Amino acid sequence: MSLHTLSVAELAAGLRSKQFSATELARHFIARSEAHNGLLNGYITLTPERALADAAAADARLASGQAGPLTGIPLAQKDIFCTDGIRTTCGSRMLKNFVSPYDATVVERLVAAGTVLLGKTNMDEFAMGSSNETSHFGLVRNPWDTDRVPGGSSGGSAAVVSARLAPVATGTDTGGSIRQPAALTGISGIKPTYGRVSRYGMIAFASSLDQAGIMAPSAEDCALFLEAIAGFDPRDSTSVDVPVPAYSAELGQSVKGLRIGVVREFMEGGLDPANAALIRAALQVYADQGAEIVEVSCPNMGMSVPTYYVVAPAECSSNLSRFDGVRFGHRCENPKDLMDLYKRSRGEGFGAEVKRRIMTGAYVLSAGYYDAYYLKAQQVRQLISREFAAAFTQADVLVGPTSPTPAFKIGDKVDDPITMYLNDIYTIGANLAGLPAMSIPCGLLDGLPLGLQLIGPHFAESRLLSTAHAYQQATDWHRRLPAAYA
Amino acid sequence: MAEYVKSTLTGREWEVVIGLEIHAQLATNSKIFSASSTAYGAPPNSQANLVDLGYPGVLPVLNGEAVRMAIRFGLAVGAAIAPRSVFARKNYFYPDLPKGYQISQYELPVVQHGTMPILLEDGSTKVIGITRAHLEEDAGKSMHEGLGAFSGIDLNRAGTPLLEIVSEPDMRSAKEAVAYLKKIHTLVRYLEICDGNMQEGSFRCDANVSVRPVGQEKFGTRAELKNINSFRFVEKAIQYEIARQIELIESGGKVVQETRLYDSARDETRSMRSKEEANDYRYFPDPDLLPLAISESDIAIVRSTLPELPDEKAARFCSDHGLSAYDAGVLTSSRELAAYYEAVVAAAGGEPKLCANWVMGEIAGLLNRDSLDITATKVNATALAGLLARISDATVSNKLAKEVLLAMWDEGRSADAVIEAKGLKQITDTGAIEAIIRQVIDANPEQVAGYRAGKDKLFGFFVGQAMKATGGKANPAQLNDILKRLLAG
Repeated sequence: MSLHTLSVAELAAGLRSKQFSATELARHFIARSEAHNGLLNGYITLTPERALADAAAADARLASGQAGPLTGIPLAQKDIFCTDGIRTTCGSRMLKNFVSPYDATVVERLVAAGTVLLGKTNMDEFAMGSSNETSHFGLVRNPWDTDRVPGGSSGGSAAVVSARLAPVATGTDTGGSIRQPAALTGISGIKPTYGRVSRYGMIAFASSLDQAGIMAPSAEDCALFLEAIAGFDPRDSTSVDVPVPAYSAELGQSVKGLRIGVVREFMEGGLDPANAALIRAALQVYADQGAEIVEVSCPNMGMSVPTYYVVAPAECSSNLSRFDGVRFGHRCENPKDLMDLYKRSRGEGFGAEVKRRIMTGAYVLSAGYYDAYYLKAQQVRQLISREFAAAFTQADVLVGPTSPTPAFKIGDKVDDPITMYLNDIYTIGANLAGLPAMSIPCGLLDGLPLGLQLIGPHFAESRLLSTAHAYQQATDWHRRLPAAYA
Repeated sequence: MAEYVKSTLTGREWEVVIGLEIHAQLATNSKIFSASSTAYGAPPNSQANLVDLGYPGVLPVLNGEAVRMAIRFGLAVGAAIAPRSVFARKNYFYPDLPKGYQISQYELPVVQHGTMPILLEDGSTKVIGITRAHLEEDAGKSMHEGLGAFSGIDLNRAGTPLLEIVSEPDMRSAKEAVAYLKKIHTLVRYLEICDGNMQEGSFRCDANVSVRPVGQEKFGTRAELKNINSFRFVEKAIQYEIARQIELIESGGKVVQETRLYDSARDETRSMRSKEEANDYRYFPDPDLLPLAISESDIAIVRSTLPELPDEKAARFCSDHGLSAYDAGVLTSSRELAAYYEAVVAAAGGEPKLCANWVMGEIAGLLNRDSLDITATKVNATALAGLLARISDATVSNKLAKEVLLAMWDEGRSADAVIEAKGLKQITDTGAIEAIIRQVIDANPEQVAGYRAGKDKLFGFFVGQAMKATGGKANPAQLNDILKRLLAG
């Protein structure tokens, strides 16, 4: 039996029926991870000892009948989530040796659910990037073509799930960092509503946009894990006290009569016709199941990228001020005075993309520029939110592409930040409006996967997941593995 | 009436303009955005948790008690409580500022447009405007001594809740500034939102000071004075600064907008940093905190718990007790003192003026002598009322009563016990007094003759002799009457 091709539900069933133990399952994924990480570099830190200890505890729970639906399921954590006793680097030299003294809420909840931690996944430095090429710990390779990027910033999580080195991984999404890499590696990924999952212990990039989510082969896998991490957390003032539905139990909802809105602006303006054809084919699958396909318009969607590149850097310039070499993280050798300590610690600890965004952010917040940039961007953000709200009066779910192109070659865009930023042109809108969105595999282009993006109204995760699930009942793109990792 | 400063150099008259920024540390048990204790004096960094240390991934959660305290203050100064206020980040790097930004309120503060009346020396009242009061977190402390080439950081204070109370530039002299500061100090203690301890830094103030020629409408350039930690230093720092600015301008110089540190040891202000070096704080709304929403019912709940405020109490002392505005102001300067005075009046069953005189005079004097607070008084309200009763019923004279009080204070005994033990009971028996006076008259025939010949001044001599003979215990009024009658022959 190939344990790595089973779904989360199948793994849970196998554990309960004692077809295999949590320890056997952990060993299988540890072995795969250790065998393939050298090339893919999806993990920054592998934690085999922790995994075996977690698995032993899970086996005890399973034996005592105390197990929950996720007990014994292995997973990988994006290295942006603080893990007590295990280093948390955020992909940065700044935190190369940082060992967190506490668990993030997401980590705490997954520990409580009895999951097994395989390791911490690679990512763009401080989640700033769309190709996983800005990590201090080296680039990540796409399992579908190892000369190509896996997307970013959750590129490590995407690669390890795509290659089935882990059945599931956590991710974070500030401008598309779950959805774009999911699309480029042929897996499913959900970014919930802003406030749905606690940000406590998730190292902040842009606080008003950051949201944790799940990356896994299928929407069903995502649903099982999302219900474990979602929910109000008093330690995060922006987390929302709205009950968490049983997403996995609600997956069976039919799409008959569901109004699926195609966002006109997503399909026009230079979308590769081959990419557009895949989206139209996916729409046909829904039409065949009785969904109503409608066209909607969000005229200012084109403003989302420039808006994002004001708001996100502004917040990051402030969020990253705490990395000053004083209390934790990188400190330069022999500082001659306080200013030298700051300048060299930060100069050495941060990479080029992080510095670019800090400088951009400090600029847009500075006296004399605040109104023209930051305040204007906030106004456009409101405008985009209102356009989405209007679109949701005509449609229940919005769809479009997740990324403009399939995975690109390593090094192709690394010297051209603007082209790199445009990779997130379809995903950023949902972050600006705080909406839940997901990407599911919808076909291959020249042998490389592409994603279909679904966007829902606030707190409509259940609708998104069941819409995605309905598609996956009729197609098998989410079951396709890159040949080398089958 | 406006009070101007006359230049000693040129004789020109200058008007002083002062605004105060008061930082009151709110008396919450835990910090404004974390669960750490705010208790003073703990070993360095023992009260700094991961949130206070600004660890990666941690988030602030607003302490509701700090908000309620801000509302209490706002209501007490007749201000508007903002239904929606916003926390912003003030960005700058300093080692005692762990996050690299301070969370404060910038554009939309919780308290807006209040007022505080102050009593001027001429007995009139002046209303000082309170522009705003906003919530913010304090920074930690940097320590530069005793650590060699290093600086030490203590983050116990980091995240302590502060209410920054900003006045309008309405004050025209150092005395007015002190009067306003004292009123705010009294108020925050009445409201039990701040312990008012200036030595420990729980109540501190910055003063914005400028001068302009009398008649000029435009404000002069102001300097901000920092590090003033007593009422006396506020007055001295402002006085120094006024003189410095006038002298500077009159000798052809210009006041620069800058922050100046008051050095109490040298009694001078020194430039800290000028505008050219000033930070651009890059304020923006803190995305980790939702806008603070305060409903009418939240406000109503706080309003229902407000105590009688100092000015209300003082007005009542004037109208019901017949006290002067000055006396009422002194007695209401702290909630504890007012409570003590009221307890004395209650126990004495009236005579508020007598009670007020004794509380403000003798009791205040003894407290001052022993460096005690009214809460540590050695003669409680009932005991003092017991003594006042002995004055009213003429058991002891006012003068002897002071001696009795001293013994009560030092020995902890009741007035009656002291009077009894010391034999200080006033002689009011007319016959006894008359007998003593006759002895005095008989012993001093020459003086009697002189008095009867018109030397009125000799009357005092007989009073003295008679009092001496009674050990000061004769009732003075009776003694006067009898003496006059007998001397008249």
